[in-house]
Amino acid sequence: MSGEGEWVAVCGIDRIDPEGGVAALVHGEAVAVIRTYDDVVYALSNYDPFSHASVLARGIVGTRTLDGDEVPFVASPMHKQAFDLRTGQCLDDEAVSVPTYEVRVSEGQVLIGGRREAT
Amino acid sequence: MTHRQRIVVLGHGMVGHRFVQAACERGLTETYDIVVVGEEPRTAYDRVGLTSFFEKGADALALLVDDTYPDPRVRLMTGVEATDVDLAERTVALSDGESIGYDQLVLATGSAPFVPPVPGRDLEGCFVYRTIEDLERIREASREASTGVVIGGGLLGLEAANALVQLGLDTHVVEMAPRLMPAQLDDGGGTALLRHIEGLGLHVHTDARTEEVVGAEGRVRGLRLAEGEIEADVVVFSAGIRPRDQLARAAGLAVGERGGVVVDHQCRTEDEHVWAIGECAAPGGICYGLVAPGYTMAEVTVDAMLGGEGRFDEADMSTKLKLLDVDVASFGDAFATTPGALELVFADAVGGLYKKLVVADHPSGQGLRLLGGILVGDASAYGSLRPMVASDLALPENPEELILPAGRAVADVGLPDEAQVCSCNDVTKGAILAATDAGCEDAACVTRCTRAGSTCGTCKPLVKKIVEDHFAEQGKQVDRSLCEHFPLTRQELWDVVAVHGYTSFDEVVEAHGSGRGCDLCKPAVASILATQVGQHVLGRGRRTLQDTNDAYLANLQRNGSYSVVPRVPGGEITPEKLIAIGEVARDFGLYTKITGGQRIDMFGARMEQLPAIWRRLVDAGMESGQAYGKALRTVKSCVGQSWCRYGVQDSTSLAIELELRYRGLRSPHKVKAGVSGCARECAEARSKDFGVIATEKGWNLYVAGNGGYNPVHAQLLAQDLDKQTLISYIDRFLMYYCRTADRLQRTAPWVASLDGGLERVREVVVDDSLGLGSELEAAMARHVGDYVDEWQATLEDPEKLARFVSFVNAPDVPDANITFTQERDQTTPADSEGPVVIAAEISVGAPQ
Ligand code: SRM
Ligand SMILES: Cc1cc2nc3c(=O)[nH]c(=O)nc-3n(C[C@H](O)[C@H](O)[C@H](O)COP(=O)(O)OP(=O)(O)OC[C@H]3O[C@@H](n4cnc5c(N)ncnc54)[C@H](O)[C@@H]3O)c2cc1C
Ligand code: SF4
Ligand code: FES
Repeated sequence: MSGEGEWVAVCGIDRIDPEGGVAALVHGEAVAVIRTYDDVVYALSNYDPFSHASVLARGIVGTRTLDGDEVPFVASPMHKQAFDLRTGQCLDDEAVSVPTYEVRVSEGQVLIGGRREAT
Repeated sequence: MTHRQRIVVLGHGMVGHRFVQAACERGLTETYDIVVVGEEPRTAYDRVGLTSFFEKGADALALLVDDTYPDPRVRLMTGVEATDVDLAERTVALSDGESIGYDQLVLATGSAPFVPPVPGRDLEGCFVYRTIEDLERIREASREASTGVVIGGGLLGLEAANALVQLGLDTHVVEMAPRLMPAQLDDGGGTALLRHIEGLGLHVHTDARTEEVVGAEGRVRGLRLAEGEIEADVVVFSAGIRPRDQLARAAGLAVGERGGVVVDHQCRTEDEHVWAIGECAAPGGICYGLVAPGYTMAEVTVDAMLGGEGRFDEADMSTKLKLLDVDVASFGDAFATTPGALELVFADAVGGLYKKLVVADHPSGQGLRLLGGILVGDASAYGSLRPMVASDLALPENPEELILPAGRAVADVGLPDEAQVCSCNDVTKGAILAATDAGCEDAACVTRCTRAGSTCGTCKPLVKKIVEDHFAEQGKQVDRSLCEHFPLTRQELWDVVAVHGYTSFDEVVEAHGSGRGCDLCKPAVASILATQVGQHVLGRGRRTLQDTNDAYLANLQRNGSYSVVPRVPGGEITPEKLIAIGEVARDFGLYTKITGGQRIDMFGARMEQLPAIWRRLVDAGMESGQAYGKALRTVKSCVGQSWCRYGVQDSTSLAIELELRYRGLRSPHKVKAGVSGCARECAEARSKDFGVIATEKGWNLYVAGNGGYNPVHAQLLAQDLDKQTLISYIDRFLMYYCRTADRLQRTAPWVASLDGGLERVREVVVDDSLGLGSELEAAMARHVGDYVDEWQATLEDPEKLARFVSFVNAPDVPDANITFTQERDQTTPADSEGPVVIAAEISVGAPQ
């Protein structure tokens, strides 16, 4: 269902607070679009596999130090499980991850592309 | 068997109480109803602390909250004496004429003071020292008296002498034996104690026989001893105790040579349905005049009734007490009666110290082991020495160091896990470590979980030491930092923000933290900024710090929808507002429920509907109830004087005033309050963070109550306050809490964690000993002045409103994951199984 290569402009980057997120509808799928403090934009599925609710865009964004690496994450607003913004990997449960999407910012617009292959 | 059986407990003293407590805790009440018959006019109290009655009053001694057990299967009678036991019929006759049947009978009748048969012992002005009523009578008689005599220089006699001194009497102690406390102390210890006691102005007569209590006109005038007369207006007999075993004797049960109901190792008498515990029992032929063995008997009996095999063998007769400010302790084989025992004595007549260790060769042939000891003048080593007696530990190389004055620090000298640390409650070191491993993070929590330290308090320093050493061993420096980003406690963070005047998370994390924060520190900093600086929680730089509920000013529900709770101050609401709420709920299809907090919750709102819902509510005169915030929730009220025929003050008006005053206050955790119009307490104020109860003269203020996971009754902070003082105390209390509590720490655990607990709060709030009062009040005044309704302000700000959309590029498309079904004519969430793909063709936002 994900339209490969088809980039969808969802909003201006100003619509997203630094360390905040918005939900966007991309090819029928709910995507959490999250901007970090250093203005990097990430996109992952908005669906929280733990609570079965579409809420990740509403979570708190922060960093967690893992093996010396500062990992940017969003914590589900439901029960606080953290997801690596870069990979969608859940930091509290190895077995769980959420899909991520291609994303780029062009002329102040945030564009979401296709779903990334799970690694 | 379907019929419920019954246990009848005779005597509601310390041990009877412990029996019932253990029976409830261990589930005995699942099969038995319990009836307790107590002769005293009140429910069980702390007899060990009896003397503090003069200082603190009877309430402080009570062992039961509100005079009842939380378990409805326990029936408690006071002021009723059991007069006869019929073993064949299994019934007990009571002084009120009733007769009750039992399946199991527990005798817990304690003991009575022994009054030697001297002439004149019935004169007015003669007393014993056992119950609160005895003390009331002694106090009354002392008002007119100037001299008092205590007959008996044992542990209880000295305690009574202490009381007479406190009551302002010139006090004599008369002891038959050649030294004081003959049962616990040797000559050296007795002499050291004597010196202390005489130094305090008491007159001690040892080797002295009382021949007669001399009287005139039916009143005591003095005491005639073999060696001469002493004048006295008050005489207190404290010449030992006798077990109250009359009921058992009369029923034909065996009693010991020196009295006491004969029982086996499970505390069962000859009759298999009858048990005896505490001071009235004589397990192994011995009566124990201490509470700890009684507690053990209570536990053993409950265990036996449950089919367990616990045994009461012999009890530790160790004692430690503070008599007239003199430390005295005696433990183990204090008189060195064990063959081969040696004594190590340290005596310092000038310093008034006498310390003796009784030791013997260790069975392993290596070093020495401790058998017992006596400490007078400084008993700080007791806490660590006594457990060493029970364990088989070899003493350190130079055991005298344990009693030399330098060795004051509490040392646990590597106690083994089986060593008993708290003798009152039989808690081992192992049990304390288990509690820390199970999540206790400080000694106070260990005391709550294991009871260690909750009775006489002697073992508290050792408990604390064990807990701290254990953490240190695990390299866990009792870490109270907030999270990986801040090496600070919440309180330290509060101070840092106040001192530097920070107004944003970025400033705080750059100066004092690392990384970009997380879901622990961000809401905590947001809360601190909100209390100190104000500003809207959804302002720029603020909203991304908030937990989800605050971020959308509503409570997130399981399916991603929200609930909405308008404020209903004091629970009072007009029909118009009720109708408005009803209409909103109907028009938006919201599930509606009356909450436990006297207001109305509407569930199932989609995030994008929240502004429209609130537009309607605000127009109808309502404002946010902050059900989503760590903030003041509700001030529950009763209807009070305005309607209720019992009310003595206008509780509803006060509740409304308080709710409006503190609304919006961001705090470490949520804050709930209540105001009741009289002592009937319909508003349940004593289960709240702060509770106010009307009196004839004003308001009583209670603080630090909690419902929830760990219910705690609020404690009385101040009485009969006028409204202005009341409000200033609440201002101070809340601000002090906001400043110093941990993140997500309710007021009850916060007060418990303060050094000094409620007393500390009283010092700061009532006595203003830190001089913080006006500062705390000013901070609250700022909060009150700056308050704005968060929802109204949001509705007026397009930038804030822009966030309330389902999808940033499709604001009108509802989240298809949120689905509902119907139950009992209302909406309820339906579970979704996986991400839902929205099939409709959607126009996506084109670049502008
Ligand atoms: C709605 C309500 C139940 C109801 O249907 O009646 C409720 C609902 C929730 N309670 Fe409660 N509590 C409600 C009254 C209570 C009460 C009774 C009271 O306030 O008199 C208590 C016990 C009293 C107390 O707090 O001391 C109570 C003790 C808790 C606790 C345990 C707190 C504790 O200290 O142990 C939690 C958990 C927490 O806060 O960490 C909790 C948490 C919650 C949460 C926030 C759980 C959650 O995270 O979703 C629920 C969200 C409500 C919502 O979505 O709107 N709720 N909760 C009540 C709302 C009252 C109101 O008008 O604001
Ligand atoms: C001043 C003082 C200081 C003390 N200090 C210490 C100390 O420091 N350490 C220590 O370990 N111990 C101390 N004790 C002793 C301790 O208080 C007792 O060991 C403990 O109270 C025994 O508990 P119990 O339940 O067996 O007896 P009690 O607490 O005496 O309870 C027995 C109850 O049964 C009731 N009763 C009796 N007969 C009947 C009947 N026929 N019908 C109905 N009810 C009846 C009595 O009225 C009483 O309320 C002290 C005692 C006193 C008086
Ligand atoms: S607490 Fe007192 S005044 Fe208030 S409703 Fe109950 S009985 Fe009436
Ligand atoms: S020894 Fe008395 S409370 Fe622990």
